[in-house]
Amino acid sequence: MSAVLEVEELSVDIPVSAGLLHPVQGVSFTVNRGETVCIVGESGCGKSLTALAIMDLLPSSARRLAMRLLLDGEDMLNASERRMSDIRGSKMAMIFQEPMTSLNPAYTIGNQLAEALTRHRRVSREQARERAVFLLEKVGITAAASRLRQYPHQLSGGLRQRVMIAMALMCGPDLIIADEPTTALDVTIQAQILLLLASLQKEFQMGMILITHDLGVVARVADRVAVMYAGQVIEAGDARQIFQQPMHPYTQGLLDCIPVPGKTQRGAHLGAIPGIVPTLIGDFIGCRFRERCNYAMVDCVSEEVSSRDAVQSGHTYRCLLGAQQCADNAKRKASA
Amino acid sequence: MFVYALKRLGVAVLVAITVSMVTFSLLYLSGDPAMALAGESATQQDIENIRRVYGFDRPIILQYLSWAWGALHGHLGYSNYLRTDVAAVVFERLPTTMTLGAAAISFALILSIPLGVLAAMRPNTVVDRFALTLAVVGQALPSFWFALILIFWLGIEWRLLPITGTESWKNFIMPAIALGYYVTPGVMRLTRAGMLEVLSSDYIRTARAKGLRSGTVLFKHALRNAIIPVVALTAVQFGFMLGGSIVIETIFAINGLGYLAWESIQRADMPVMQAIVLVLACIYIVLTFLADMLNAFLDPRIRVA
Amino acid sequence: MAARPESFSAATLPTAGQILEPSAGVLLRRRVFGHAGVTIGGAVLILIIAVALLAPILAPDDPYTQDLARREIPPIWHVKGTWEHPLGTDQFGRDYLSRLIYGARISLLIGFAAMLISGVIGTSLGVAAGYFGGRVDMVVNFIITTRLSMPVVLVALAVVSIVGNSLVIVIWVLGLLIWDRFAVVMRSTTQQVRNLDYVAAAQAVGCSTARIVLTEIMPNIVNHLIVVATLEMAHAILLEAALSFLGLGVQPPAPSWGLMVSEGKNLMFFEPWLIGIPGAALFALVLSINLLGDGIRDVTAPENRS
Repeated sequence: MSAVLEVEELSVDIPVSAGLLHPVQGVSFTVNRGETVCIVGESGCGKSLTALAIMDLLPSSARRLAMRLLLDGEDMLNASERRMSDIRGSKMAMIFQEPMTSLNPAYTIGNQLAEALTRHRRVSREQARERAVFLLEKVGITAAASRLRQYPHQLSGGLRQRVMIAMALMCGPDLIIADEPTTALDVTIQAQILLLLASLQKEFQMGMILITHDLGVVARVADRVAVMYAGQVIEAGDARQIFQQPMHPYTQGLLDCIPVPGKTQRGAHLGAIPGIVPTLIGDFIGCRFRERCNYAMVDCVSEEVSSRDAVQSGHTYRCLLGAQQCADNAKRKASA
Repeated sequence: MFVYALKRLGVAVLVAITVSMVTFSLLYLSGDPAMALAGESATQQDIENIRRVYGFDRPIILQYLSWAWGALHGHLGYSNYLRTDVAAVVFERLPTTMTLGAAAISFALILSIPLGVLAAMRPNTVVDRFALTLAVVGQALPSFWFALILIFWLGIEWRLLPITGTESWKNFIMPAIALGYYVTPGVMRLTRAGMLEVLSSDYIRTARAKGLRSGTVLFKHALRNAIIPVVALTAVQFGFMLGGSIVIETIFAINGLGYLAWESIQRADMPVMQAIVLVLACIYIVLTFLADMLNAFLDPRIRVA
Repeated sequence: MAARPESFSAATLPTAGQILEPSAGVLLRRRVFGHAGVTIGGAVLILIIAVALLAPILAPDDPYTQDLARREIPPIWHVKGTWEHPLGTDQFGRDYLSRLIYGARISLLIGFAAMLISGVIGTSLGVAAGYFGGRVDMVVNFIITTRLSMPVVLVALAVVSIVGNSLVIVIWVLGLLIWDRFAVVMRSTTQQVRNLDYVAAAQAVGCSTARIVLTEIMPNIVNHLIVVATLEMAHAILLEAALSFLGLGVQPPAPSWGLMVSEGKNLMFFEPWLIGIPGAALFALVLSINLLGDGIRDVTAPENRS
């Protein structure tokens, strides 16, 4: 499998009045062709900023640092803004969280769809229109041709997100980044949109980064999973590995929060992770999860924690505990 | 859209009627027109006769209705001072004031919109601070004083521009600046605020994520949305300007409506004064109506309801 | 807290930024004194108010006493200036500094009084429209639209020419004309506050309308009110000056700054300071009020600052 996107040691710094904020620190992962990587984590953990950093769409005050950032083998770290704008929308595209406000209210759907294609490809307006109709039908919009003349405010949230997906696909990108694409939608529509995304991703053999805080979503569509906490990837691996044998205490805590049908007793307490995320301003030494961790040790305060390999290959986690101990912890939790 | 336009038109007509009532009452309160018509040597009997002949003894409602009926047909009254029909004088002077207003609003827009856009693109930089300073100073500058300063420097010391009259387009430069600068802070701030809001909106991020060129993002996607409220403000300010041009016209001796108003006040010629107020109010009403229509046209959320 | 079952929707967790914010009071103080507009504007305004209040003590001369032998003496920075009249004398030989000092009284009095009158009218209309909505809102909107379509200066001139002009009349005419911004802003802010849950809660426990407006709505719109009040005070001061300049506001020999510019106008080519000094005073006063108003808006609504 060839890598579409390689991210190594990606960090984002934002100067704020109290000092330098490090919302993303040392994030590394790879997305292969035809593969869905889910980035999971609570709000504020840096997953959206990671996506924006890859797209080079960070707010102007933020700074991006990385060892390596390759798209189809091309270096994006030193690419000019001009080159980046050629890449955006063409080789990689993004779908945002807020379909209600992500479309320009002043222009028709057709105009905004066609523009995504004509910007990057030498095509006639008629060809752009045909492509738009084709993709609108692909994303399950009926009477696609007549929708082109409509304005965003005439469409429901679910329809608008479908339009956003079609827009992202206009140029046939190699990588698609979906930042919580279903959070703002009704529960009934969420599943439809996700399944749609997953099937399109398989059909067009794109790499996809799906950002979410919904573990149920992850379980259904992820090939691989990266769990983020306080700006760092604290565990990464195949979806099966993460769900069957979570290593990091935080990941174990997360999975503990999900009710399992047939297993969780009615009225029984679901798991909770007490405490709050530490502030990420200034230098932070040691494990970021230690304040909330049941297994915290003295070393967690002083020692920088790096990623280490779990039992199975391709599965890494960021904790001082040994792999065997983590596995035992997981078993104990499961049996409790 | 059609229903919206119709509703909006209804409001405009109602406002116009109300304004006409107010201006009529101005005239009514200004004194007994019969006495003025009769002249100083008239006897009580003469005055009574005139009152009956002209219908000044009727109830005020009837007087208003007959006056309004006349106004609808272009009869705005009779000036005892000028001994002529008011409408003729007013509409003779109107084009000059409109020219001045158009020049002033052009000056204001050319200065304020680019400045507002630049300030929004580079918030908290030198450009932004310059724009803000200009706005704050502009709002505090008394227009008559500013006009005199312009005359003193541009007209007298450097002899660049003529200081009075309406002979050539050069005569309109200083008045247009003096009248227009007062509008620039408002328009500039609104443009800046609108652009700031739009530039941080989700759909601008979408446009950038599509890889659109920054020019396309700025002009097609941002300015188009930010400019919508500016349209309405411009219409409102243009209306205010026509009313405020009295100060500028008197200073620069421009023979427009404002100057006529000032002359009429001096000679207590209330019919002319009242007609000017009515005409300017109606222009304002028409302008704001047109601005709302233009707004609806620019904003599909109103147009395609 | 820890025992409470919480699903993994981290929306409930505060972010790093929120924890580190200093308290609201500290922030407010820091913003007020860190804001150049508030400090400069406030200082200049306080200075002008003090000068106006202390006019009889500060003014070197009577502002009305004419001395035709000592006409048009230039101010002190001029070669021919004398310390006897630091800002010179006008065409009637009246001490210009004294007239300037007493003129501050007129501007401030008219500005403040007209602002109060228009504030009461505009706020009542705006709050009523915003709070009751529906038909009340419609009527108030109509009144505002009608008022906006009447040219202020011309109507003021017409009214003054009918009822005669005096300080009190100018105050009332301006006050009755410039309430529109109060009404517009108060209407929209009241609408916003009215839809908040605590107003609904107050209604639910059966508070009277008057009580809700006074104790729930007013405290939440009062900073907007202050901002508009400063803007309208500046507006009224400029309008009075313009009316007086046109000869239909405050009447001579009162030392209104607008009137002083008007009187000096004919001599401006020979004695430019005759219009320069009162004009600059007017500019400084209006600028300081505007700076203060803008500053208050920035300080009370930090989200408006970019």
